[in-house]
Amino acid sequence: MRVNFTVNGRRQEADDVWEGESLLYVLRERLGLPGSKNACEQGECGSCTVRLDGVPVCACLVAAGQAEGREVVTVEGLADYARQRAEHGGCATGSCGTFLQDTRGRAAQGQDSQTGEGTELAPIQQAFIDAGAVQCGFCTPGLLVAADEMLEHNPNPTDADIREALSGNLCRCTGYEKIMDAVRLAAARQGEAV
Amino acid sequence: MDFLRPASWEEALAAKAEHPTAVPIAGGTDVMVEINFDHRRPGHLLDLTRVGDLYEWEAAEDSVRVGASVPYTRIMENLRAELPGLALASHTVASPQIRNRGGVGGNLGTASPAGDAHPALLAAGAEVEAESVRGSRRIPIDEFYTGVKRNALAPDELIRAVHVKKADGPQQYSKVGTRNAMVIAVCAFGLALHPRTRTVRTGIGSAAPTPIRAKAAEEFLNAALEEGGFWDNGKIITPSVAQRFAQLCSGACNPIDDVRGTASYRRHAVGVMARRTLTWTWESYRGARRLTEGAA
Ligand SMILES: Cc1cc2nc3c(=O)[nH]c(=O)nc-3n(C[C@H](O)[C@H](O)[C@H](O)COP(=O)(O)OP(=O)(O)OC[C@H]3O[C@@H](n4cnc5c(N)ncnc54)[C@H](O)[C@@H]3O)c2cc1C
Ligand code: FES
Ligand code: FES
Repeated sequence: MRVNFTVNGRRQEADDVWEGESLLYVLRERLGLPGSKNACEQGECGSCTVRLDGVPVCACLVAAGQAEGREVVTVEGLADYARQRAEHGGCATGSCGTFLQDTRGRAAQGQDSQTGEGTELAPIQQAFIDAGAVQCGFCTPGLLVAADEMLEHNPNPTDADIREALSGNLCRCTGYEKIMDAVRLAAARQGEAV
Repeated sequence: MDFLRPASWEEALAAKAEHPTAVPIAGGTDVMVEINFDHRRPGHLLDLTRVGDLYEWEAAEDSVRVGASVPYTRIMENLRAELPGLALASHTVASPQIRNRGGVGGNLGTASPAGDAHPALLAAGAEVEAESVRGSRRIPIDEFYTGVKRNALAPDELIRAVHVKKADGPQQYSKVGTRNAMVIAVCAFGLALHPRTRTVRTGIGSAAPTPIRAKAAEEFLNAALEEGGFWDNGKIITPSVAQRFAQLCSGACNPIDDVRGTASYRRHAVGVMARRTLTWTWESYRGARRLTEGAA
């Protein structure tokens, strides 16, 4: 079957999709977006976390056909997404729906939206680097998408809020402390910027 | 495999009637795991995510009608006051990502003895609204679970909603697992006090082939509370009564040994959770009584 949906602001069309295929497979194998990782294919690790119509989900548990007509944001589009959000005055009120609508059909802007390269990093990405929260990096894309979403509606998270928001993401390397540091850092910088 | 994508509830019912073996898929958090691991290759997948009605909830006089696909996240955020037991149970499910997709309809569809919604629904009192092209019916929750991962739905039926009794007293949900997130229950216990009818209801998860109520324990406690005038005098429940209640809850279990725990551990843990949830709910009942009587 054919699936039409929007990924990182671009209309995409995937052909010859098997009906039982996951959104994760379509992103990685058919659209050449390997940022979302595949580790468990059973919702346990969160490394495939993407936003589906703004909501963080495990892409491995979304049937490709369920993405028809929907908006997906992957780690490759995170920087662009964060920039758009900042331009729309943030989303701390939780009314992000309108801003999502705005990104529909937006063209790639002088950058490679396939790899996400050639653009300034999202604040959460920069914070992960600065805090040393990336080791092998396999868990990082899912954590970035989940952490970014939390900061969008909860700009001043407590440690308990951060732990809860990231409880669906496993990391085998860092022991999580640096990840906590990174999210605290991103929250603090976000606070300063306002 | 065919991917059916009904745009409305009527279309979904028609599709299910035409293809009774079609597997409905809502949040996909059970179905996709089975497909990814090749445990299931249905001829048809019936996608319910385009049926808007299933994502709505509505409060009636003494119950809340929760659409089959309302994600756990919404239940936690919006129904904490009316359905505290179900909201607490929802919060223990998996992770934010899973709670954003999965809902009670899927939990009931899978009917796993470990599903977290079940003890809460059993304790609160609920009815499953099932529908087919033949018509609609309400299945009492006590009659819904028919065997290990089996339920009372006919092949052409879909779950439209679950009608859960609004809380008329404190409710609790307790679950044993190895960590706070991403845990399938080793065993679980739900308790609801119903001061209006002066009854207590229970729900036990993962300790029998199906989710169950501890009926003998409920009857014992109902009688003991009545006899001692506890509902009126708001006294602390006698330790011996709590102890007996816990024993009877343990006794209601019919658990197995598996990778998550042994049968005897499960029996023991259910007793501990029964005593604790009774203490918690009774304390908050007493607190509420003191407040309403202005005698605090
Ligand atoms: C990593 C992970 C952790 C999990 N942890 C927990 C946990 O802690 N506690 C827990 O209870 N569960 C847990 N689950 C299981 C799952 O998330 C729940 O059972 C959830 O409620 C399923 O809802 P869904 O909408 O995703 O169902 P789906 O996967 O879409 O469907 C589940 C079943 O219900 C049927 N179905 C769905 N909707 C309907 C309907 N309207 N009418 C008739 N049949 C229907 C489907 O055909 C299927 O058989 C976990 C799953 C994963 C992947
Ligand atoms: S690959 Fe999706 S959660 Fe692990
Ligand atoms: S950095 Fe290696 S898994 Fe997290």
